[in-house]
Amino acid sequence: MIRVTEKPFDPGAELNAFQAAHTEAGAMVSFTGIVRSRPDDPISALILECYPELAENELAAIRDDAIARFSLLDAAIIHRHGRLVPGETIMMVLTLAPHRQAAFDGAQFLMDYLKTDAPFWKQEETAAGLRWVEARSEDDEARARWAR
Amino acid sequence: MKVLYFAWLRERLNRASDEVSPPPEVVTLADLVTWLRAQDEILDHAMANPAIFKLSRDARIVPWDTPIDGAREIAILPPMTGG
Repeated sequence: MIRVTEKPFDPGAELNAFQAAHTEAGAMVSFTGIVRSRPDDPISALILECYPELAENELAAIRDDAIARFSLLDAAIIHRHGRLVPGETIMMVLTLAPHRQAAFDGAQFLMDYLKTDAPFWKQEETAAGLRWVEARSEDDEARARWAR
Repeated sequence: MKVLYFAWLRERLNRASDEVSPPPEVVTLADLVTWLRAQDEILDHAMANPAIFKLSRDARIVPWDTPIDGAREIAILPPMTGG
């Protein structure tokens, strides 16, 4: 399941529904990304710009790749865009596999790929105005280790 | 064909898209970027380090040497910061 949406979602409910759909799985891994505001550099909101059609296509391709590489039973990505306040859930990745290693690896792979290949751009809203979040070279390096 | 701009590139250009009709010698996406940069000084400066950008053709990320023939929508994508 791929969902690109402006609407808030309940990570716990998503996790339970995903698990319930697959009784043959022995392991489920989930990652939840959350808007954070650091005490020394507070933000009032995170604004995510998105190219929805491309995001859906790329996320679906990344998901299919993860399922094939790690023999997952299923994988899902939910990603929000629009204006989110600290504490809100930005995105969620879920993987299901017969055993834990594939579920962990699949979730890590999905996160590393979507950081660099999913068309979302974050902007932080601060007291001084808006500022674009810069891409991190660590994210490119994390993605590169999966190249083959 | 339509060319889309996102995030800080869209802000720098002060527009989200252009409708363009490139000449026949523009064959690939790389050619298209070169052609667009030659016509717009702000875009030219914004793309001074072209290697950081990804390109999409009809809503799929593709290599820069992909032909533009028949494309409906091209996008120039600054480094992404999702997740």
